[in-house]
Amino acid sequence: MSRADKIDVKNLSVYYGNDPAVKNISILIPEKKATALIGPSGCGKSTFLRTINRMNDLIPGARIEGNVLVDGQDIYDPKADVVEIRTRVGMVFQRPNPFPKSIFENVAYGPRRHGNNRKADLEEIVEKSLTEAALWGEVKDRLNDFALDLSGGQQQRLCIARALAIQPEVLLMDEPASALDPISTAKVEDLIDELKKDYTIVIVTHNMQQAARVSDKTAFFLSGELIEFDETSKIFTNPQDKRTEDYITGRFG
Amino acid sequence: MKNYKDWIIEKILLVLGISSIVVLAMIFLFLLKDGLQFFSVVSLKDFLTGDTWLPTSKPASFGILPLLVGSFAVTLVALTIAVPFGLALAIYLGEIASSRTKEILKPTVELLAAIPSVVYGFIGITVIAPAVKSFFNISSGFTLFTGGLILALMALPTIVSIAEDALHAVPGSYKEASLALGASSWETIVHVILPAAKSGLIAAIMLGMGRVIGETMTVLMVTGNAPIIPGSIFESGRTMTATIAAEMGETVHGSTHYYSLFGIGLVLFTITFAINFTADYFVQRQRG
Repeated sequence: MSRADKIDVKNLSVYYGNDPAVKNISILIPEKKATALIGPSGCGKSTFLRTINRMNDLIPGARIEGNVLVDGQDIYDPKADVVEIRTRVGMVFQRPNPFPKSIFENVAYGPRRHGNNRKADLEEIVEKSLTEAALWGEVKDRLNDFALDLSGGQQQRLCIARALAIQPEVLLMDEPASALDPISTAKVEDLIDELKKDYTIVIVTHNMQQAARVSDKTAFFLSGELIEFDETSKIFTNPQDKRTEDYITGRFG
Repeated sequence: MKNYKDWIIEKILLVLGISSIVVLAMIFLFLLKDGLQFFSVVSLKDFLTGDTWLPTSKPASFGILPLLVGSFAVTLVALTIAVPFGLALAIYLGEIASSRTKEILKPTVELLAAIPSVVYGFIGITVIAPAVKSFFNISSGFTLFTGGLILALMALPTIVSIAEDALHAVPGSYKEASLALGASSWETIVHVILPAAKSGLIAAIMLGMGRVIGETMTVLMVTGNAPIIPGSIFESGRTMTATIAAEMGETVHGSTHYYSLFGIGLVLFTITFAINFTADYFVQRQRG
């Protein structure tokens, strides 16, 4: 693992019951770059994404084999602290899921849970996070409004701001634009482009143009296996595997 | 032909639906008719604020304050116990228990609702009242506290069941979002799930309260039935419901005493109606 690699996955398999959803994957995810995970529905890419901050722990019967190292630390070590891992590895979900609270309280939620309750600090964090998520200008005069009254695209950027507020190192995004209209999607994509300067981003997407637009590296998954992983430009222009080529040219998926 | 059948079924269901409204209206009118008869003899103010309930002495006295206090006291005791226990149990069932534990525990709690109230009274007389007497070292175990204790048990299934439904209705995505931000399960419950379920939880408490205020047989059997304003919850008292049940059979039909019981019924109806109405408001709000 070189210094530029943030996440080192070794021989990872994930089982739901007896069926493997992810089979023996090894991959090195680079730091401060966007890595896209593509593949047809049910190929295991979302399952894989959720192993990186242990969100699969929530699914009864899910079991993993292998190792996931973030900065060299095995996050599945029995002694590892899940709360600490999720603080370092944030997540944005497919559907915007702001809490039924004010805009301010949504962003302040994470910092509050980690013990920061000073009003001045929170105000600073909220402004910084919303600015990073390119939402500050639209909401700065109505921070006390109910978050669920925002548009879908704004809600998703709010969720990104909420994730950024605890200063994670890695941001996992599970099809973050799939429930959004094209204009909101473009905004989220621009945002990802901006965020990858400071954060390691892993994004699952169904949309191959999106993968091509936002990511530096792309991993192609099929039936729980990692078929090919390379520079995005290479995956989309000169794939090595026939199955990758078939998928990106739209022959299935 | 088929439309004709649909039409008939639709109308039958409509009639059944309306009949429940008609029945409710008739009960109310019936209470109102006999209750108002009473208020032409004794003023509403004297009725509600009079501190002496001696309907059969001469001159008779129709103050229901002791009964209001009695009902209020058992309700307070019951809710003080049932609300924390009920909500805690609902949180455990909804958020913490494994599905196996839940499958056993939830029906068991709900079964508490299937026990007839006279059986609760029975247990109250033979087990709880003597236990209260020796535990608090008081002269009689038949107190408002004893009544409240048993009512708490009776209100528990209502509170647990509805509160658990309310927690269940909170979208899983809120929980996921909170955990993904590094919050612990407990922080997620306290700061996300409970606030999101607030309306439903209030509805659960209100419906439990309605159950407690309307309960008759158990309190009649265990609270000692003294229609006086009690000095504390560890004295005997009597509720409105118990008064009606105890005195209805002994009173002369058409007497002022007879009508006064309808007056109590009217007060009780108003209270439970208000509680149910409030609960319904919160249930609707939860559904949003």
